[in-house]
Amino acid sequence: MTEDDALERVVKILTPHVRNEEALANVSAETNILDDLKVNSARLVDVVLAFEDEFDIEIPDEDVDSVNTVGDCVKLIVGKAN
Amino acid sequence: MRTRVVVTGLGVVAPNGNDPQEFERSLREGRSGVGANLSMEEFKFACRVAAVPQRTDEIAAEMFGEDELMAMNSSHRYCSIASIQAWQDAGLERPDPEGDEVDWDTGAFLGTGVGGMDTMGERVVPFTDGGRVRRLGSTAVEQVMASGISARVSGQLALGNQVTTNSSACSTGAEAIAEGAARIRAGLAQRMLCGGAEGASHYIWAGFDAMRVLCRNFNDAPEQASRPMSASAAGFVPGAGAGVVMLENLDSALERGARIYAEVLGAAVNCGGHRGGGSMTAPNPEGVVRCIRSALADAGVDPSEIDFINGHLTATGADPKEIASWSRALGRGAENFPPITSTKSMIGHTLGAAGAIESVATILMLSGGFIHPSINCVDRHPEIEAFSASIPDNALDLPNARTAIKAGFGFGDVNSSLVFRKFEDA
Repeated sequence: MTEDDALERVVKILTPHVRNEEALANVSAETNILDDLKVNSARLVDVVLAFEDEFDIEIPDEDVDSVNTVGDCVKLIVGKAN
Repeated sequence: MRTRVVVTGLGVVAPNGNDPQEFERSLREGRSGVGANLSMEEFKFACRVAAVPQRTDEIAAEMFGEDELMAMNSSHRYCSIASIQAWQDAGLERPDPEGDEVDWDTGAFLGTGVGGMDTMGERVVPFTDGGRVRRLGSTAVEQVMASGISARVSGQLALGNQVTTNSSACSTGAEAIAEGAARIRAGLAQRMLCGGAEGASHYIWAGFDAMRVLCRNFNDAPEQASRPMSASAAGFVPGAGAGVVMLENLDSALERGARIYAEVLGAAVNCGGHRGGGSMTAPNPEGVVRCIRSALADAGVDPSEIDFINGHLTATGADPKEIASWSRALGRGAENFPPITSTKSMIGHTLGAAGAIESVATILMLSGGFIHPSINCVDRHPEIEAFSASIPDNALDLPNARTAIKAGFGFGDVNSSLVFRKFEDA
């Protein structure tokens, strides 16, 4: 799995939770999930579960703490999946 | 002079209508919303009929975003749809979800009898017992916390006054209206969204089926199953939905030129104390009579002024006792008893939503000048034979009806009563 492939699927999972459509339109690896996309922080729990289902991986809680940007998600997922 | 409280908006998600207009048409036509229920059949309930609102997921999908829908079980959906309807019907705009403005003068009393049992049964219990607590995600708590429905609506409408969920079993919906009116009268709020909601789930209904209080004799004829006041009444039909009214300080309503449906003239809530024949599951008749009389006294209305009654009337053995209590409370025997109807004959017993949906029905009847039929009462219960002429089998025009009374009685021996008056002039 390439990082580009993972990025596309990560954005798709984040999309229903995004409250800033403009930031979503210009999404990149640097985009911050809470500050830029305005995702409700409580919903990160659901986003992580969706990542696990989508990529067939397990993401321990301690790994989630270091995730801030879309790129952080991609790196974490690609690292686990490969 | 006391602050007057009026109704400026209506919202309803009922088994026979998903907005006030469709609901009113169904009420006039005597259209039942009761149908066969596959879950009850699958899980071997004795009662296999229920009254469930239809097409609500489509309506919710048009009103709310995907993120929010993921956290909305059936009671959240019904309550939110009805609340947005009432809000818009009152002539108010939905606020920008990303804006910072809060309406500090508007609050909500949105009650529920049982709460998020579908979330409990479908997610919390199986996930927890299966050792998969983590997989519950973030949305379980907000769907099972009792106040979830009012909390949900406060976010949708940026409400900043008191927002809470009351619970008094089948008295809940009417109690919410009584409490909201009291808050406005006390000068603590300008507007209150008030009502109740109950989800559609066989997990909610299972305990009632076990108590043998649900109708089990009409599984093959669902539309005939809810038979209040009839000799063949064999228990209530479980229902789901939500009713919401926008209550408003009269001055505020007049100032903004709002349409006014009716005035909440009087209200009362009490408890029979589980004495004098009352118990967890039966009302103390003295409590019922006092509650009705207190509402009339609060309204400053003589019992002779009541033009019609929308009773609690669930289609159980309690119906004849309820009629006797109405007669005693009003001091009106069979010879001059007002018309009395049961909305439950069409929509079953929507539990925590009942008093609210039926209040919406009462307000629609007052403003529309009619009384809806109490369907399926083809064989009057022998104990109320004398009152037969007061039970409408078809819709009746009542163009001169000004004052109506609604009551709700719940497990726990709790009662609520509301007196509404058609709005004429300030």
